[in-house]
Amino acid sequence: MAGLRDLYQEVILEHSKVPRNYREMADADHKAEGFNPLCGDRFTVYLHMEGDAIQDISFQGSGCAISKASASMMTQMLKGKTRAQAEKLFETFHTLVTGHGPGPESELGKMAVFAGVSEFPARVKCATLAWHTLQAALENKQDAVSTE
Amino acid sequence: MTALADFSLNPHPPAQPDLHGYNVERIRADFPILHQKVHGHPLVYLDNAATSQKPRQVIDAIVRYYERDNANIHRGVHYLSEKATEDYENSRKTVQEFLGAGDCREIIFVRSTTEAINLVAQTYVRQHLGAGDEVLITAMEHHSNIVPWQMVCQEKQAKLQVAPINEDGELILQEFERLLSPRTKIVSVAHLSNALGTINPLRQIIQMAHARNIPVLVDGAQSAPRLAVDVRELDCDFYAFSGHKIYGPTGIGVLYGKLPLLEAMPPYQGGGDMISSVSFERTIYNKVPHKFEAGTPDISGPIGLRAALEYINRLGIESIERHEHELLEYATERVSAFPGIKLIGTAKEKAGVLSFVMEGVHPHDIGTILDQEGIAIRTGHHCAQPVMQRFGVPATARASFGLYNTKEEIDALVSGIEKVQEVFG
Repeated sequence: MAGLRDLYQEVILEHSKVPRNYREMADADHKAEGFNPLCGDRFTVYLHMEGDAIQDISFQGSGCAISKASASMMTQMLKGKTRAQAEKLFETFHTLVTGHGPGPESELGKMAVFAGVSEFPARVKCATLAWHTLQAALENKQDAVSTE
Repeated sequence: MTALADFSLNPHPPAQPDLHGYNVERIRADFPILHQKVHGHPLVYLDNAATSQKPRQVIDAIVRYYERDNANIHRGVHYLSEKATEDYENSRKTVQEFLGAGDCREIIFVRSTTEAINLVAQTYVRQHLGAGDEVLITAMEHHSNIVPWQMVCQEKQAKLQVAPINEDGELILQEFERLLSPRTKIVSVAHLSNALGTINPLRQIIQMAHARNIPVLVDGAQSAPRLAVDVRELDCDFYAFSGHKIYGPTGIGVLYGKLPLLEAMPPYQGGGDMISSVSFERTIYNKVPHKFEAGTPDISGPIGLRAALEYINRLGIESIERHEHELLEYATERVSAFPGIKLIGTAKEKAGVLSFVMEGVHPHDIGTILDQEGIAIRTGHHCAQPVMQRFGVPATARASFGLYNTKEEIDALVSGIEKVQEVFG
């Protein structure tokens, strides 16, 4: 039960029930769809960029508690961040959920509650789905930039 | 001998044999893997529709083959080769008897149900399908009974027709019949749906198709382990099943086909064993079933499968059917009593499978929490994404039963679901 409580922390359950920034974004300049074919989780991440900064971010879709809470907390955390900062945070988050550190005092702030995922290897993909989707959305922008 | 069967780990008191003499505790003693703890709890294995566990008799048969009898088949004159050939061919005979087939040449060994369906798609159907022709399946099929037909239909510019199912997950027979057309070249249906547990009315399906001279393939992956099957009585043209779902090894499956059909079909793969003579100018193919078994086959597979079928025969498939039916009824009653739980698949005729969703909790989370209690179920789309779309759910949680499961294990499942509600409360 200890492991389960580590995984399903209150803040994770709360975000999964009442996800933040859970909406379609009409003026999104970039969006991407993420899909986990193994369990059927599916999210769309919407971005509105201002220069290099994430001016607004939202998501929609269906998934388990872990994937939904991760998406919700990610959107809260990334508003106002630059692309480079977002990518760095994904890297740190990935290290956290795969059990390779960092400690709860890292720059991940509230998202450090996902440390418990590392004890459940089958759930790492759930925790990172929204982040992979975000990355795909950001890469779209790079493509657009390089075309110009 | 290994000392895996540690019964001190089993918390359940030995059950009395039921009225029909079905002694589940004695059966459980034959399955070494069941007697272990997972995350500190006794394993409760309820993922039998994905794969079943193997009795010691099957494991021993495979070990014995490799320790004493291993040789290549159909080619040597030496003792071991003759022994291995005899064992391999005797397994074919056991399968023939198990399915009620009239001739052991009608039994082809393949890797799996999937390969059996692909074989028919790429030989019989590929030969007979033309532009504008049709293949008819149902909306409850496993991906393995969808994609092989899509592939051949795409190649031949033919059309894949799908007969719809109702809210209970039952085939709508009138719609099915309406979709049978002069252009339909084959009907392919599951006997028992892996995602819903629905038993299809095969006799009616086959009669309707045969009245229009359309052959029928039956996907028996889920039915072979839990329902009595007689292919001659059913009069199906093809029947496919997998060894690993019927308490045998992985990597071995069976395609039954009516002899005249098999004889007229082109070979599936080329190579050794499937030929009578080869020259650069002309190759003469071997007779069935060898025509469809190119290369050195999985020899231990049929030997393990034979041991599994003999095991089932000793218990009696009717007794297994009755036992699993009691489990399904009990589980249905207990699980559907939870507020917020909805069963997916409520057909009148069901077997083996209990698929459900829980309000506010994703199946994946149910699966993780049950796993922490030692309970193995499947969560996800069950390789039947169109079924999930039909019911408007991304996934379900599925408990599926086997011949060794007990009512106490269903009680454990129910306690596990209570824990899920506690966590998500």
